[in-house]
Amino acid sequence: MDDIILREISLIVIPFIQMYGLYIILHGHLSPGGGFAGGMVLGLSMVLFVLVHGAERTLKKISHDAATVVESLGTAWYIVIGLVGMAKGATFLMNQGAGINVGTPGQLLSSGLILLITAGVGVKVASTILTLFMALIEEDH
Amino acid sequence: MRGLLMLALAGVIVFALAGAVAELPAYGRPNPTHNLVYERYVEAGVRETGAVNVVTQIIVDYRAYDTLIETTVLFAAIASVLLLNRAVRKDGGRHG
Amino acid sequence: MDWSALLRNYPYAVSLVLFGLGIHTVLARPNLLIKLIGLNIMQCGVFLFLVATGNLAGARPPIIDPAQPNGVYANPLPTALILTGIVVSVSVTAFALGLIVQVHRMYGTIDPTAIVAAYRQQKGAAE
Repeated sequence: MDDIILREISLIVIPFIQMYGLYIILHGHLSPGGGFAGGMVLGLSMVLFVLVHGAERTLKKISHDAATVVESLGTAWYIVIGLVGMAKGATFLMNQGAGINVGTPGQLLSSGLILLITAGVGVKVASTILTLFMALIEEDH
Repeated sequence: MRGLLMLALAGVIVFALAGAVAELPAYGRPNPTHNLVYERYVEAGVRETGAVNVVTQIIVDYRAYDTLIETTVLFAAIASVLLLNRAVRKDGGRHG
Repeated sequence: MDWSALLRNYPYAVSLVLFGLGIHTVLARPNLLIKLIGLNIMQCGVFLFLVATGNLAGARPPIIDPAQPNGVYANPLPTALILTGIVVSVSVTAFALGLIVQVHRMYGTIDPTAIVAAYRQQKGAAE
């Protein structure tokens, strides 16, 4: 879509949308939201970029393989975080029961592994949305 | 004709479900979902996980296995879409 | 039967309306994409119903203020479980969209009746 208003406005708006998505992901344990909702906002900001600037320019910034790798690493990251509980002598995915310091409730850096898991899930969902959209709009070569 | 038949079918389903909804406990009054599990999560959740948002406590701590499999479902869906895309392209669009 | 309970349980009644709209769309429309949208509307009805069961009159949202933790909170459990349902619905939608794209690539149409006709024609041509 070649329209100067769309191009300029989208470049102004996209950073704010991504900032909001990161805010939702990182405040998942403090306010409504979390990995899935924030990841969706992040992914949809990239979909907006694809819609306005075209697939060619997006693939220059984020290649297809990079998005797929990040997406696979999201699931692996979850399992690695789960193994932390086992390494400390408790069960899989154990948080406070494994002796991890959960900090003061209400602070940004609190709740132990929840913050790490939420961040991983958010990145994974964002790259899933982007990969899916790119796969569906691909032309027949 | 077919449209009328489908409308009637949907109407019958909605009517049957409306009968069930009319018999439910009133909205906002205690119903069987408000039980000991919910009270335990609200009372002890902050102390046990350190997160303030109870929904996040449940999905990422108490029921973290659930969320792990959930991300696997998302992964399987996207993998099958990509696989389907490539398989059909290799086939040249002919149907086998 | 006391039908005025439908007004009292208005979120359940709204979810019922959404479910009915969705199921009619799935049954009556001859376009696979619109059928998929109907399926999503149906899922929205189910999610709204289950989330609405978690409410209590006068309850606060289940985000606990560490300074004053006492009080009535809405039930977070249905919301947390519905999150799983929403992710599954996104996955189903994604896979269905992928299938629809491939069906369109093969047969050039997304009308189920026309797809069957095109399939029979191709099969006849192959034999």
